[in-house]
Amino acid sequence: MRGLRGVHLLAVIPALAALVPLSGSRYLIDLSTEVLIYALFALSLNLLIGYAGNVSFGHAAYFAIGGYSCAILVTTCQWPLAAGFLAAVALSGAAALGIGFFCVRLSDIYFAMLTLAFAMLVWSVAFKWRALTGGDDGFVGVRLPALLESRVAFFYFALVVVAVSMALLWVVCHSAFGRTLVAVRENPVRAAFVGVDTRRMRLAAFVIAGTFAGAAGALFALYNRGIYTESAFWTESAQVLIMVLLGGIHSFFGPAAGALVLYLLEVTINQYTQYWPAVLGGILLAIVMFFPEGLAGLAQRSWRRSPPARGGRE
Amino acid sequence: MLGQPTFVLIQVLNSISLGMNLFIIAAGLTLIFGVLRVINFAHGAFYMIGAYACYAALAATGSFWAGVLGAALALAALAFLVERFLLRHLYGREHLMQLLFTFALVLVLGDAAKLVWGTGQYSVSYPAGLDGAAELGPAYFPQYLLFLCVLGPVVAALMWLVLEKTRWGRLVRAATQDREMLAALGVNVPLVYTCVFVAGSVLAGVGGALAAPRTALTPGMDATIIVECFIVVIIGGLGSLWGSFLGALILGFVTVFGAVLAPEAEIVLPYLLMLALLLWRPRGLLGRPGTEERGR
Repeated sequence: MRGLRGVHLLAVIPALAALVPLSGSRYLIDLSTEVLIYALFALSLNLLIGYAGNVSFGHAAYFAIGGYSCAILVTTCQWPLAAGFLAAVALSGAAALGIGFFCVRLSDIYFAMLTLAFAMLVWSVAFKWRALTGGDDGFVGVRLPALLESRVAFFYFALVVVAVSMALLWVVCHSAFGRTLVAVRENPVRAAFVGVDTRRMRLAAFVIAGTFAGAAGALFALYNRGIYTESAFWTESAQVLIMVLLGGIHSFFGPAAGALVLYLLEVTINQYTQYWPAVLGGILLAIVMFFPEGLAGLAQRSWRRSPPARGGRE
Repeated sequence: MLGQPTFVLIQVLNSISLGMNLFIIAAGLTLIFGVLRVINFAHGAFYMIGAYACYAALAATGSFWAGVLGAALALAALAFLVERFLLRHLYGREHLMQLLFTFALVLVLGDAAKLVWGTGQYSVSYPAGLDGAAELGPAYFPQYLLFLCVLGPVVAALMWLVLEKTRWGRLVRAATQDREMLAALGVNVPLVYTCVFVAGSVLAGVGGALAAPRTALTPGMDATIIVECFIVVIIGGLGSLWGSFLGALILGFVTVFGAVLAPEAEIVLPYLLMLALLLWRPRGLLGRPGTEERGR
């Protein structure tokens, strides 16, 4: 059962994370919540990059759409949290469907540019539509139900959402659908020849990735009690891309590890210097020049003598 | 408002001067893409460093033109180091890696600029001799912006002459067509690559220096200009010189007239334009057919 290798991590990771509040450290709980959110964001992008082979430079768009719609529905429209959250996730998926419909017509660098253009469009709308989004002041004062007011309660809420999303993504990636995506990535011509509708496959991956990015964004808006236009800017798309690459695109859990490492580094380095972007740039340079397989590739190379087994290529 | 011919004339000149400034920057991006097949995210950072270098050289010498020269020299040195010691090792790799490499440069250079020049705002005044207002019938228009309107076509014509009529230009065009064949013919292709990367980056730096009197110098100016450059080259066609000229003009007009006619949609319009082009004609208005497949 090679295909099921790593399935135990779906239970082990959330179980270990659930122990964090026992430490009693509010700092640790906040940190873990943020890591969970970014891990989900990175995992969603990797469905697109690692499995479908489409490098999106505008993934922040769906994160922001999820965040803004959740904030607006729950606060401005006074919806109950569950309804607002699910509607926000659905809206992100719908936006990904609308945008992806156009994006999957192109490939490679033109696909990347088109996703970037759409993301910047989303950013400019968020920036300009002051009445709805708060413009460049951001949307602040998101209302949370009393049940989630405490940091610990919110942590468990985020943990459940992320664990369920992670399991769903795992099922998607390891289903016949996920394998077909890999086939399309490896050889689109041959995949089309055996009867796969490659464009529809890529669109489906795009929508699923956008939906889960929306879930991460909605969690982010609730956690921060607000959301700002920076969440849609292209630098945010680049940051999540770096998380995915740092973790390794050929492994399912790699991007989550990338999010963890990158976020911890950011927090640590910010204590010593304000020049975190330069350090991030240095890390990225090192990945690009020396470790294109990311952390997962490094780990596999050092733990195994046999040639690295690549999660996405099984 | 648009009933007044003077007002329209001023806005047209504003559009052209903005467009020509954009053209000089985007021409470098498109030149580099044409030959190296790398989309250089750091082009915006090069532009910003050009503007800051101009400010520094101006402060040291008192002459704006020395500032422009200083920006060109600074960018030539920086681009040479980047290409020769880092980028060169990535030509054989996937597109994504090259894109991320240039993004890493954006992060490092952005902070380096902050380290040197801080986070304050700087401004550069119009250079002596061009600091007056030109009289255009009933209205006045800054001489410096008129100068930009003229400079753009001159730069375009010079670039065209070099690319079409000189041996170096022929080598560059050959490198865009078939680098293996060019190498087999005994041409030092890596040297061509270095020169093109340096030339393109110098254009970004000079574009930044020329923009300095027009705008305020702040951290973050790199992130906005790179998106504008992308829009220009997408409209005109990646790798096409006249395409970026046309694209820059169009973006100049859309920006200026968008601000006048539809201020609430102004910020959205350029992105809509870029989207429309990518969907309707991914290779851009003047891009060669097939470049969207060759983009790999």
